Amino acid sequence: MTTTLETTRTSTTPEPPRRTRTPSYLRTQSVWTWVTAIAGIIIAIGVLLPIIWMTFTAFKPESDIVSYPPTLWPREFTLQHFVDVWDRIPFARLYVNTIVFAGSVTLISLLFDSMAAYALARIDFKGRNVVLVLVLLLLMLPFQVTLIPLYDLLNGFGLTNTLPGMIIPRMTNAFGIFFLRQFFLSLPKDLEEAARVDGASEWRIYSRVIMPLARPALLTLGLFHFQYNWNDLLWPLIMSADVASATLPAGLALFMGQHVVEYGLLMAGSLLALLPVIVFFLLIQRSFVAGIATTGLK
Amino acid sequence: MTTLHQAPTRGDSTGPARPPAPRRMRQTTRRAITAWLFLSPALVVLAVFMLYPMIQAGYLSLTNYNLIRAAEWVGLDNYVELFADPAFWNAFWNTVLYAAVVTPITVVLALALAVFLDRQFVGRAFVRTSIFLPFIVSLGIIAIAWAFLMDPNVGLLSYWLSQAGIVSSQGVLSDPDWAMPAVMFVGVWKSVGFFMVIYLAGLQSIPGELREAARLDGAGAWQRFRHVTLPLLSNQTMLVSVMALIATLQAFDQIYVMTHGGPFFRTETLVMLIYREGFQELRFGYGAAISWVLLVFVFLLSMIQYLFFQRRQVRF
Repeated sequence: MTTTLETTRTSTTPEPPRRTRTPSYLRTQSVWTWVTAIAGIIIAIGVLLPIIWMTFTAFKPESDIVSYPPTLWPREFTLQHFVDVWDRIPFARLYVNTIVFAGSVTLISLLFDSMAAYALARIDFKGRNVVLVLVLLLLMLPFQVTLIPLYDLLNGFGLTNTLPGMIIPRMTNAFGIFFLRQFFLSLPKDLEEAARVDGASEWRIYSRVIMPLARPALLTLGLFHFQYNWNDLLWPLIMSADVASATLPAGLALFMGQHVVEYGLLMAGSLLALLPVIVFFLLIQRSFVAGIATTGLK
Repeated sequence: MTTLHQAPTRGDSTGPARPPAPRRMRQTTRRAITAWLFLSPALVVLAVFMLYPMIQAGYLSLTNYNLIRAAEWVGLDNYVELFADPAFWNAFWNTVLYAAVVTPITVVLALALAVFLDRQFVGRAFVRTSIFLPFIVSLGIIAIAWAFLMDPNVGLLSYWLSQAGIVSSQGVLSDPDWAMPAVMFVGVWKSVGFFMVIYLAGLQSIPGELREAARLDGAGAWQRFRHVTLPLLSNQTMLVSVMALIATLQAFDQIYVMTHGGPFFRTETLVMLIYREGFQELRFGYGAAISWVLLVFVFLLSMIQYLFFQRRQVRF
């Protein structure tokens, strides 16, 4: 009933007369908008310069790369570097290593982080604050301090130069625990209470109630983990003695150390290494950026 | 976004029908066991691969351990050597310089870009994405492109700079005066987009009436920014400065790729030095001592910064 009444009232309200001319102050503003737009696009292209340069150079033959003066646009096109990169660098190997490393760290860490976060946010028990303080403390301390003993420890287990050795220490993350705890705290308790009254176990509540509700937070954190580990240089560099057991960033850096001058090959390899991350980001950038924005507000 | 500010108050209602005392006791214990079971995988990993190595680093720093020789207690010898070692002080001051230049530039630039990109204009989404993109890509990989751009013979950026009259014939990365600014520049480039996004979210959470009210009171654009926007962004400023400072103190990736700490150790930071002493010279004890200095340094600075900003937090 009420709906009909409201609709009729809206329809009878006369529309305000449309302005036909834009007032002059708006027109000067639109000039400014164009100036802003042009300035913005110049800034954007400046920021993208290394990526643009990398892309174009990857298609230049070596003779073009070394000829003076250097140009942005290739004088000649070639696909040779994209063919060579698979033979000269164990590139397929690096790719698989990186996917396995970043992928398994992300999945395992999401599981362990969320379990710990669930206990810290939803279960009332003695010692909870102590654990929370410990997590916050570990969040603050630089991980580089662990590098030497960690290498020594994994070396003792024979796990250096192996993927498990690279993955195992990263199976959980203080930031991830803290991030998910904050998110779980913001979820309403009603559903969970209902499940508890029905006699559901904590594991059931965690896996069937909380985890489905936490999907956006899990997605954001998963992206953080994946991107961080895919891109990481120092850890894979220390853990791998040669190019073949490294991930893409470490492998390319090691290759660059040995063959400084082969820029065409390096640029093709770098482009192939960055492309999946860039494409992936462009597809899901909205939720990723929203995730960062919410972390910013604590 | 604002929902996180006002997290719903959780009523810890135990329900009207309270179970008798002994059963409740058992329930508390059971709940505690469940909680620890949930925590155990994460806690085991954190304890074995984070906490233990951290403490172990402290112990190793008091030994002369290296990969071949068993650890031998040397007391504070490493630290004595460290504080007399010009290589350490060089790396220390390089780190301080890097942090002291990169942090404020990144924060101010992130704020300026956020204010700029908060306005409506054609192509805004493209500009925002472009500025954010460096944060997504691997610094270790993109630094190869930067090194190439700055190559004295075949680099485009070097060529443009030489056309503009700024000539460094040996290339900026081999020039002792220019190598540090070059890696600093790449450091700012990498992280400014990330902090910009945090500021943008902050700008969007400021109620429009506040700026409007100031405008009606006759405040100019700068005054509105200075006295309304900026104070209301101080939560973001705190977060961004702490994060930027901690990240700059750990600078490594682009330095390793672009200069490897050179020329003449001009860009060797503390983390680079840990890498060199620990993993190239294989002096685990000495490297561990440097890493403990870094630990204490990072911890102290973040505490100071936290306390400093604690006093000026705003809520609205």
